[in-house]
Amino acid sequence: MLRSTTRRRGAALLAVAALGAFVLAGCGDSGSSATSVDQADAGPCGTTADTTLTVGLFGTFGFKEAGLWDAYHKMCPNITIKEDVVEQSADYWTRLKTRLASGSGLDDVQAIEIGFVADVVQNHASQFVNWNSVPNAAADKAEFYPWKWQLASTSDGSTTVGLGTDIGPEAICYRSDLLKEAGLPSDPDTLAQKWSTWDDFIAFGKQYEASSSKPSGSHFVDSAASIFSTAVYQGDEAYANADGQPDVENSDGVKNAWSYASQAAEDGITAGLQQFTPAWNKAFSSGAFAVLACPTWMMGYIQGQAGDDYAGKWDIAPVLPGGATNWGGSWLGVPDKAAHKDAAIALVEWLSAKDQQVTMWKDGGHFPSNSDAAAAPAVSNAKSAYFSNAPVGMIFGDISSQMKIPPIGLYDTQIQQALTTQLTNVETKGTSPDDAFQAALDDIEQVTG
Amino acid sequence: MTAVPQTRVVPRPTRSTVRSRGHLPGRRIAYVYVLPFFLVFAAFSIYPWVATAWVSLHDTRLSTYHQSSWIGLENYRNLFTNRFFWNAFRNTITIGIISTVPQLCMALGVAHLLNYRLRGRTFFRIALLMPYATSLAAATVIFAELFDPHLGLVNWSLHTLHLPTVDWQGSKWPSQIAVSTIVTWRWTGYNALIYLAGMQAIPSELYEAAAMDGASRWGQFRHVTLPGLRPTILFTIVVSTIGAAQLFGEPLLYHNGLPDGGTQNQYQTLGLLMYQQGWANDRLGLASATAWTMFLIIVLAVGVNLLLARRREHHVGGQARRTALLAGVPEVTSR
Repeated sequence: MLRSTTRRRGAALLAVAALGAFVLAGCGDSGSSATSVDQADAGPCGTTADTTLTVGLFGTFGFKEAGLWDAYHKMCPNITIKEDVVEQSADYWTRLKTRLASGSGLDDVQAIEIGFVADVVQNHASQFVNWNSVPNAAADKAEFYPWKWQLASTSDGSTTVGLGTDIGPEAICYRSDLLKEAGLPSDPDTLAQKWSTWDDFIAFGKQYEASSSKPSGSHFVDSAASIFSTAVYQGDEAYANADGQPDVENSDGVKNAWSYASQAAEDGITAGLQQFTPAWNKAFSSGAFAVLACPTWMMGYIQGQAGDDYAGKWDIAPVLPGGATNWGGSWLGVPDKAAHKDAAIALVEWLSAKDQQVTMWKDGGHFPSNSDAAAAPAVSNAKSAYFSNAPVGMIFGDISSQMKIPPIGLYDTQIQQALTTQLTNVETKGTSPDDAFQAALDDIEQVTG
Repeated sequence: MTAVPQTRVVPRPTRSTVRSRGHLPGRRIAYVYVLPFFLVFAAFSIYPWVATAWVSLHDTRLSTYHQSSWIGLENYRNLFTNRFFWNAFRNTITIGIISTVPQLCMALGVAHLLNYRLRGRTFFRIALLMPYATSLAAATVIFAELFDPHLGLVNWSLHTLHLPTVDWQGSKWPSQIAVSTIVTWRWTGYNALIYLAGMQAIPSELYEAAAMDGASRWGQFRHVTLPGLRPTILFTIVVSTIGAAQLFGEPLLYHNGLPDGGTQNQYQTLGLLMYQQGWANDRLGLASATAWTMFLIIVLAVGVNLLLARRREHHVGGQARRTALLAGVPEVTSR
């Protein structure tokens, strides 16, 4: 009895001590990281030891679905890959920031999205492997569209935090059946001519709205936000100046995009839906709108929302009013504190190579950031059966080669959210564009501080 | 069996002998046993409290966490001169009132009905708890569908009845009512069960006596149930006030997970504002200032509740005795 009491007390103290240690370990910055034990001459897989690589991703990258993990395991039998996926990229970014601040818990590979790549470059470049100083640096760099490499690099180009995965060249997706019903032209080439500028695009939208034969309740374009978030990147500046600092009030991109988008809203050619909400999702099949700005990844989204019944009713016009630009895309980085750095570098280089990016396009609809992959016949000859056999490889390849990319900044995501939210008020609540813009500036000030 | 008398014979050691020998469990060991709780409490309550206060005095962003700089009370000044804060403050109060008051009144009524011997009473009691057991996310998603301005059941019904439809998402009061409806739906049953438990603790003799005196059910409710339930009601008011002040999940999910509380922040609560500042806008310092301000507001609100209740209790308690003397007793004799 006595003995068991002391033992219990001992156990309690041990538990307390262990708990204390656990708490301390949890809070403290673990200063020492495991140094890489991999050898430099460990072969193409980066290591010869049995290794499990963790890959931190958000949403659906689709590497696993495209069979790339299995293919890699076949090539490097000692490497097993485990995905660590967070659904929303905003939540993923919060988690990544927490891990970067504490210096622990980082995966061997971390995906970086265009929405926060500027932050990673400005504030965390030293915490990632610099792709300019890996052994294959020159070959790696040569693979990508130069702007893709530049967006993930410091302004002097000395440090690059990630290798590109996909890009989001934009065209216009439309419901050919709805345009036909409205008595308007519906073949892609005619539309490409009619939609070469935003003014023409809006004028065409007014014709649609004025048509007596269009389905009732149907509008031309999904949202003013769709026009805005496309046109804003056609400026010399979007949300940030060349130093990556927020500069909304002086940006030509914001000014022009706001005027086109608010004009479209006031002309009543928008359906007034907020993008990525359930109501917007339903509208892909309900016919509440006929066209929307369409980066490559949107094709898969449309197909998922509208379903097989709408195959052949959707089409793609080889044009973007106001000039070619990009929406979205990601990179893969390797944290400096990754447990298996060399193996992670080898994996990321393999994923960025031409063949794998071609696979990702064929099986996942992610357009290559690797320019050789974009030019490969398997990509450039691709057609989409769902989108009325549109030559999507050619359309998006052409746009990719002409794209203009303004500098990106720290708070692009939040700034765009603030501006597009206020555009919704212009569309649905009749707020005057000037008041809405002022409200957006107030919102933005809450972000930039 | 034989061991029992033996131990009884052994004289009980005095406290001092226990201490000096250190063999038997004394009081000090009790501290060791409760220590784990206090360590957890320290790690997950006191440390965050203090750390939040500390962060609120800095210009802190998660992305540049190690470069945060001391700015004193600047975050608080920013907050109190900020229209977003006052908007969220007002919304929290109005949504709190629209959701709490009907909720508690309805809970009281429902509990009163369930206190009678009804057929299938257990079924109704379990049914009451169902909304509370339903996941917040599922409930909010369903309600968001019902209140959808274009395709929702509520507007469809209004339209069918030839009534004007309402923008349950974009307009201020309708959207606040919609959010409050979700809260009310989820918590009415829970509060009703608490009231029911309180009612069953009221001796049935009181009801019988009241009934004999000719008190109607409404009279019984007013003069027996309500006074007997006072502590329970106070408890639910305090808990609902705290819940209302922290309202977060419903308005977040009502706008598809965006923390802005509608395109014009029409139903953004303080909890949502804090989340938006901290996680969407990456301004942890400002969000921490909001967190501490919320904490003080809640303490203040609960304090006022208790104070009012205590004053009322004194007042009503005295009055009740008087009424019993003046009204109750003479009535009996007059019959």
